[in-house]
Amino acid sequence: MSNNMQSSISIRDLKLSFGSFDVLKNLNLEIGKGEFLVLLGSSGCGKSTLLNCIAGLLDVTDGQIFINGKNVTWEEPSDRGIGMVFQSYALYPQMTVKGNLAFGLKNAKVPKAEIEKRIARTAEVLQIESLLTRKPAALSGGQRQRVAIGRALVRHVDVFLFDEPLSNLDAKLRADLRVEIKRLHHQLKNTMIYVTHDQVEAMTLADRIAIMKGGVVMQLDSPSIIYNRPANKYVADFIGSPAMNFYQGTLDKDNNFRGDGLSLSVTGYPFEEGRVAQNQQVWLGIRPEHIRSADAAQQCAVQMGAIVELVEPMGSDTQIWSVVDKQNYRFRVDGQTEMTEGDSIRIGFDPENLSLFDRDSELRL
Amino acid sequence: MKNLNAKIASIPMIFTALVIFVGCTAWTIYHSFTNSRLLPNNNWVGFDQYERLWDTKRWIVSVGNLAIYGVCSLVISVIIGFVLAALLDRKIRFEGVFRSIFLFPFALSFIVTGLVWQWILNPEFGVQKVLQSLGWENVTFDPLYNPDLVIYGILIAGIWQGSGLIMCVMLAGLRGIDGDIWKATRVDGIKTWKTYIFVIIPMMKPVFVTALVLIASGIIKVYDLVLAQTSGGPGIASEVPAKYVYDKMFNAQNLGQGFAASTMMLVSVAIVLIPWAYLQFGGKKND
Amino acid sequence: MTDETNLVDGPRGPKPKRAFTRRNIFVYGTLLLFAVYYLLPLWVMVVTSLKGMPEIRMGNIFSPPVEVTFQPWVKAWSEACTGINCDGLSRGFWNSIKILIPSTIVSILIASINGYALSKWRFKGSETFFAILVLGAFIPYQIMIYPIVILLREAGLYGSLWGLVLVHTIFGMPIMTLLFRNYFTGIPDELFKAARVDGAGFWGIFIKIMLPMSLPIIVVAMILQITGIWNDFLFGVIYTKPDLYPMTVQLNNIVNSVQGVKEYNVNMAATLLTGLVPLVIYFISGKLFVRGIAAGAVKG
Repeated sequence: MSNNMQSSISIRDLKLSFGSFDVLKNLNLEIGKGEFLVLLGSSGCGKSTLLNCIAGLLDVTDGQIFINGKNVTWEEPSDRGIGMVFQSYALYPQMTVKGNLAFGLKNAKVPKAEIEKRIARTAEVLQIESLLTRKPAALSGGQRQRVAIGRALVRHVDVFLFDEPLSNLDAKLRADLRVEIKRLHHQLKNTMIYVTHDQVEAMTLADRIAIMKGGVVMQLDSPSIIYNRPANKYVADFIGSPAMNFYQGTLDKDNNFRGDGLSLSVTGYPFEEGRVAQNQQVWLGIRPEHIRSADAAQQCAVQMGAIVELVEPMGSDTQIWSVVDKQNYRFRVDGQTEMTEGDSIRIGFDPENLSLFDRDSELRL
Repeated sequence: MKNLNAKIASIPMIFTALVIFVGCTAWTIYHSFTNSRLLPNNNWVGFDQYERLWDTKRWIVSVGNLAIYGVCSLVISVIIGFVLAALLDRKIRFEGVFRSIFLFPFALSFIVTGLVWQWILNPEFGVQKVLQSLGWENVTFDPLYNPDLVIYGILIAGIWQGSGLIMCVMLAGLRGIDGDIWKATRVDGIKTWKTYIFVIIPMMKPVFVTALVLIASGIIKVYDLVLAQTSGGPGIASEVPAKYVYDKMFNAQNLGQGFAASTMMLVSVAIVLIPWAYLQFGGKKND
Repeated sequence: MTDETNLVDGPRGPKPKRAFTRRNIFVYGTLLLFAVYYLLPLWVMVVTSLKGMPEIRMGNIFSPPVEVTFQPWVKAWSEACTGINCDGLSRGFWNSIKILIPSTIVSILIASINGYALSKWRFKGSETFFAILVLGAFIPYQIMIYPIVILLREAGLYGSLWGLVLVHTIFGMPIMTLLFRNYFTGIPDELFKAARVDGAGFWGIFIKIMLPMSLPIIVVAMILQITGIWNDFLFGVIYTKPDLYPMTVQLNNIVNSVQGVKEYNVNMAATLLTGLVPLVIYFISGKLFVRGIAAGAVKG
């Protein structure tokens, strides 16, 4: 029964179906002690469902969940040693902040003095001492979310579950609290599982990101690997803003790509196992950040002439939509650029920054 | 067993749903095919009770009365309810006062309503006497004593009590309409009454359906009102099905007839309800 | 006066003041006319109950009393006869109170638990039971009353106060359950999940989280049940014995009894007395009453 002591949570062949619809399909996941794991995906991908299963708020159809080596698949949420923070804060409206923090401890029959001590400590960590006697209705959104985090903190558990905790906050507060959650993680070193659809949150917070789609984990890796070496076309397309440019074509046995007006050699591309040594139908992907223009383009291995179609100034940088041979090339330049619509420019990129995917399996080559 | 407590707590609900609503209804339907009299028995007689029921003059009169009462109160309540709601929705002063006045009869018992209107329509002292003393010596206005008119006398009281509720439902419907619709029709220069007829009323279709279902399911239960106002008289002129059932079951010791009559009541409710339920819930399953 | 003229004439010239537009005369005229129709019976009840019998025979039922007398009220309350009993409506009043209090409490308690279970603890089949329950609201009572008589007799509750309480709980259940279910469904699921993570169970969440949040809906439910149970006639007459008859039944027996001389002033005083409790509730609760019937009426 005992498994790898390093892992804090392990999920084995987890399955969840509503009727004939499979929300989670034979999912396996190992989460290390003290790891910050982000579950990322668009809505309906099963990320929140998975979190609710780990919390015990949803009954699984099949498979097992271990927390700290203990099989908790059929345990009550309160007996799993978890704390949870919700998107809508979910504070009990008729109780004061203090009452909210104490509720779980009272249910667990923690002695009164201990409750007081823990609340005081938690309030100090989160700087909510002055709010303890207030009701949730009298708090701002940011304060409410702090209290909600406090409610998880005060339970002294090893595992924190966050269900899109920042989605209801405005942009500035979201950035502030994001930093605070990261700081909290460094300080407490708990295992944290964090569900979000926001890739910025995922990239900044995570030790590892699990990208989900249709109840399956598409890729589980560190943010930099996910960004630089996406495992399949879906992940490549999902991560990064603006999205990756894609072109269809054929890769011959000498590693020459031909298609969509492009003709180039990809020698120097770090191939993985999916490469077959013959003509292969592929997707070629290049991130907007990796396309150079003007003088910088001169040093690139692949170069071409393009027409600027659209200029979108974003302040710190500017996005350019350009056209080569009826194909769109999106890229980023400095915010101070003087490019305007209709300009003829040179653009280029290097093969080692490309991503290649098999056309049928959509897996990385 | 996580849901054990929920299941235990739901026992009263499950009991009510299965034993009372399903069980008791089935029991009565079954026994409507027996010749039960003072006590229920199991002597199967087929449709005899129903044949006898439809041969009984009193039942025919009851059904006729219910039909007249039903159609009239549907039409009149909806018209009054909508007109009042539309007037109240015209940003008038004292809206709250008017609304309270229109709705208060709904808080009263049918017994109270029946007795008040019995008194107002009393020919010796009521409206008829007032009219006569004002000079119209030959006026007769005694609906409760005229077999042909008695059901309309009951209708006046029924409308008095029930139309406020319909007004409330309609008003909620009107308030639910996007204010921009009104702005758009004003910009287009459409007259107020035209806006109501061609724009607002079509938009309120679900509200009208709700109102109709509400009235229809209330009508079938009309019992107390008739009992208090006329006791079914004069003669049997204002009998209604619900009263027929009660009298057969508890006074005439003819349970079989009571069961058959109440089953007929259920059938008529089903005729109204099934198309409605189909419209209301049938469409949703497709998405 | 209206926004309409305001928009059209706009900034040009002074705002035209027309309080008596044809539109206003039509709107207020119609409303007043209907107000008279609705208020007339109330007025007739009050004035009749304050007149002596000679004045009623001579005068006009709409005219105010020349000589105000409270005798009919006293008589209706403490002397009016039903059959051999001549202790007035007061007995019916106290019976109704005795019926009202436990019926209201029990029916709301059970319905709130139902609504809670149906919204937050759905189990296999729970939606089916709920559908049957809601459909049950449309089944004519007449088809169920006799088998319920048998069930109550078997349970030894037929004719007793608790039998009637049970009947009121059963027939109030569809609408009350619907009311609570819709209210609890509106409470975010995350709050419920948070409480489960905090270790509260079915009853803990109900008592500590849900009930304290549901005061508004409890008040609405109480208004609905109090008026509904007070105004009931059919169940009272079927499921209780004469010495437990509620006020409505006793009122009908007093007014529609065939023996003796008809005392219309006493009858109207008795009628008003019976209507007083729901009227008071209605005028005190105001908007909540409207909210209650709207919640009950507009299903889904």
